Amino acid sequence: MTLLAMRGIDKAFLGVPVLSSVDLTVEPGEVHALVGENGAGKSTLMKILAGVHTADAGTIELGGRAVSFTHPLQAQQAGVASVFQEFNLLPELTVAENVHLGREPRRRGMIDRRAMAERTAAVLADLGVDDLPPQAKVGSLSVAHQQITEIAKALSQGADLICMDEPTAALADAEVELLYGLIGRLRERGVAVLYVSHRLKEIFDLCDRITVLKDGRLVDSVATADITPDDLVAKMVGRRIEAQFPERLPGTEPGEVRLKVAGGGNAWIDGIDLEVRAGEIVGLAGLQGSGRTEIAEAVFGIAPFTRGSLEVDGKPMRITKPRKAIAAGIALVTEDRKAQGLALWQSVRANARMVLDANARVHSRRRLARVSELLAGLDLVARGEDQEVRFLSGGNQQKVVVAKWLAAEPGVIVLDEPTRGIDVGAKHKLYTVIRELAAEGLAVLLIASELIEVIGLADRIVVLHDGRIAGELPAGATEQQVMAYATGRGPE
Amino acid sequence: MTRRPGADRLGTTALIYLALAGVLAAGAVATAIDGGNLFATANLVDMLTRTSLTGFLAIGMTLVILCRSLDLSVGYTAALSSLVAATTMDGQVANIPLAVAAVLLVSGLVGAFNGAVTAYLGVNPFITTLGTGLIIKGYLDTQYKGPAGDVPALFQQFGYTRIGPVPVSALVMLALAAAAVWFLRSTRTGHHMYAVGGDVEVARMSGIRTGRTLMWAHVLCGMTAGVAGLLLAARFGTGSAEAYTNLYELDAIAAVVLGGTLLLGGKGGVAGTVAGVAILAVLDTVFNVMQIDPFAKDVLRGVVIITAVAIYARRQLDRTARRPRFAEGRAS
Repeated sequence: MTLLAMRGIDKAFLGVPVLSSVDLTVEPGEVHALVGENGAGKSTLMKILAGVHTADAGTIELGGRAVSFTHPLQAQQAGVASVFQEFNLLPELTVAENVHLGREPRRRGMIDRRAMAERTAAVLADLGVDDLPPQAKVGSLSVAHQQITEIAKALSQGADLICMDEPTAALADAEVELLYGLIGRLRERGVAVLYVSHRLKEIFDLCDRITVLKDGRLVDSVATADITPDDLVAKMVGRRIEAQFPERLPGTEPGEVRLKVAGGGNAWIDGIDLEVRAGEIVGLAGLQGSGRTEIAEAVFGIAPFTRGSLEVDGKPMRITKPRKAIAAGIALVTEDRKAQGLALWQSVRANARMVLDANARVHSRRRLARVSELLAGLDLVARGEDQEVRFLSGGNQQKVVVAKWLAAEPGVIVLDEPTRGIDVGAKHKLYTVIRELAAEGLAVLLIASELIEVIGLADRIVVLHDGRIAGELPAGATEQQVMAYATGRGPE
Repeated sequence: MTRRPGADRLGTTALIYLALAGVLAAGAVATAIDGGNLFATANLVDMLTRTSLTGFLAIGMTLVILCRSLDLSVGYTAALSSLVAATTMDGQVANIPLAVAAVLLVSGLVGAFNGAVTAYLGVNPFITTLGTGLIIKGYLDTQYKGPAGDVPALFQQFGYTRIGPVPVSALVMLALAAAAVWFLRSTRTGHHMYAVGGDVEVARMSGIRTGRTLMWAHVLCGMTAGVAGLLLAARFGTGSAEAYTNLYELDAIAAVVLGGTLLLGGKGGVAGTVAGVAILAVLDTVFNVMQIDPFAKDVLRGVVIITAVAIYARRQLDRTARRPRFAEGRAS
C-alpha cells in the first residue's frame, strides 16, 4: 500500500503561489528524491508534510488515512519525521536530550533520564553507530555526528517516513558514505526516505524514484533507472546545461605570485606553505574539520596566523584582522552566508555596498557606481536593489555576497563553499564567474566539500589532513587521489 | 566525552559559588580592616534578610530569562500583590488563606497576560512587561495615595521570625529555589524552557508547544513576584504602592545574570541565581557595615555586576571556540 499520497497541493505566501497542484506519492521503504532548483517549492512541500506550513488546498493521505497537520507535533505523531537543512539541535543539550526533545520519557511524572540514555543508545546501536555517547553535549560534536543525532531523533519518533532536506550539505565526502549506510539500513527496515538534494551523484546512488519540481509545479516523477543525469538536469532547469564546468578561458596563464604563505600556522593549522598566482585557481580539499576553513580565516585575519609569513603581491603583511585583509586586497566569501556573509534584513544595495562603505581604503565613488553593474553582470534576480536579501533564493543571496567583494576589486579572493545549498543554474553561473575572475588576473583560492567542484575548476589541488597539507595534485586529478591524501593514506 | 549531563552547567554554578566565597572573604577582610565583623549575628541576619525578597523575584526571573524572555513588571506586581494581600486580610487572621490565594491569582494573571502577549502576539517581552509595569503603576498611583489594608500580626511573622540567625522568609525562599531546581530538571515543562530559550524554532520543530512553555514561565514568574508582595506586606504590616520605587526588577535581573544564566536564554539555572542573590546581599551588607556613601555603593554594585558578566562572556567565548590542535607559536 502506498505510504504517502499528496494530491493537488497548493500553497501561496502573501498571495505569491509557491506550489500549484503538486502530487507526490511515496511507497514504504522507498528512497524518493525530490529535486528542483531553489525556489521550485521543494522545501515548502517538505514543510507542509512536516506540519510547519499548512497547505491551502489539496489532500494528504498517510497509510490510506487522510491527515491534515497544523503543528509539527501532529506530523510526528502520524509517523513523519524531518531532518532539516539547518540542524534542529540544541547545542547546550546532550545527544539523548536532543533525541527525545519534546517526548521525554517519564517515570511517575518526572523525566526519566536513565530511560532516555538507554533508548538513545538502543537507537544508535540500531543505526550501527558505536562512537557516539548519548551523554555527549551536541555542541561538542562533529557535523557528521550531529547529523546522526538528527537521524536518531527521527527514528526514535517511530517514523515511517523521514524527510531529509540537503542532508549532505554540511558533510564531507567520507561522512556522506556514513549517511549512505544509514539510509540503506532505514530502507531495510521499511522506512521511506524523502530525499531533497542538489547533488545528482547522491540522487543516482541512493534513490529509487525521483520527483522533479519546477516553479512550484510537478514536472515529472520517474524511476531512477529510467533517466540519465543529463535528462534530469534538463528537467530541473528546463534546458540542457552542456558541460557542468566551464572551460578555462583562453589566455588565462598563471602570472606573478599574489598570495604566498610560508610555514603558516596557528592553533588549528600548522606548516601551511601555499602560493596562489594571478590567474590561478587553487583548490583546497579535505574532510570536514581538516583545516580548510581555518586557512581561509587565517588568510583573512579572522583567526590569524601566529607563525610563519604571509605575502600579498610580494609584500610581507601581518594580517591580524579582516580590515587589514581587505586593505591588502583580500576578499573572503564565507562558508555560512546567512550568518557571516549578509545582513539579511537589509537591502541588496546596502549589502552589495557594505565592504566599500565600511573600508576607507577601498572606498571610491567609481567603485560604488559600479555595484549595480556587478549585480547585473551576475544575473541577479531580485525585485530591485531595495529588496531585503532575506527574500532572495540562496543562489541570488550568494550573488550579492560575491558582488559585495568584487566591488572592492580584490587581488586575492578566497571562496569557502561558494555553492553550498544553491541551485544548479546559480552554481553554473558562479563557476563561470570564477573562471572570469581568474582570467582577469585574480588569485582564486577555492574551498569545496564536493570534490567534483574542486577537480572541475582548480588548476592545482592542495589537500589537507588534520590541519596540515597532506599533498598537492595537478588539474585532472581523480577523486580517489584526493581522497587518498584527505584521509591521510598518502599518495595513491 | 563521558561527562555527566549538565556537567557544564554545574561547572558554571560551581564557579559562581566560588565567587560568592570570594566576595564573602573579601568582604570579611574589608570590614575587619574597618574594625567591624561581617559575621557578627546582626550582620548575618541583615545579609540573610536581604536575600529573601530579591530571591523570590530572581527565581521567577530565572525561568523567563531561560526562555529568552524578560519581566520588567515584577516590582510593580509585587507592590500590587502587597496591597491585594493587606486589603484582603484586613487585620483578620481568618482571611490569610484567602489573601494568599488572591495574591497568587492576581500575580499569576499578570504573568499570564505578559506571557500571552509575548508568546501569541509576538510582542518583544521588554516592551510587553514594560507596558504591563506602567499599567500597574498607573493603577496603583491613582487608586492608592498611601498605604492601605492591615496585615494581622500572625502573618507579619513571615517577615520577622527567625530560627537562629536565619529568617523564615529566607528559608521559604530557599525551599522555593529547591522546588524550581527540581522543576527545571525533572518536569517536561521545565526541561522545555531550556529548549525554548536555546532555539525556539528547534523547540517548535521538535513538537514542543513553545507558546505554552513561555506562558508557564511568565505565570510562575508573576507568582513569585506575588510571593515577594506577600513578604512586603508582612514586613510593612500594610500594603504599599510605593514599593515599586525600589526597582526590585533590576536587582532580580542582576542576580540572575550574576548567577550565570545567559540573558539570551537556554543556559543557566536557579542554583546559580541563588548564589547571585547572595553575592548582592553580601555586598550590600558589607557596604552597610562600612557605612559607604549610598551613591558610591551603587557605583560599586554596578562595577561588580559588569565585571562578573564580562568574566562569564569570556568563558562563553572560550567554550564555543574550536579545540586547538597545535600549540600557539610566535608570529614572525
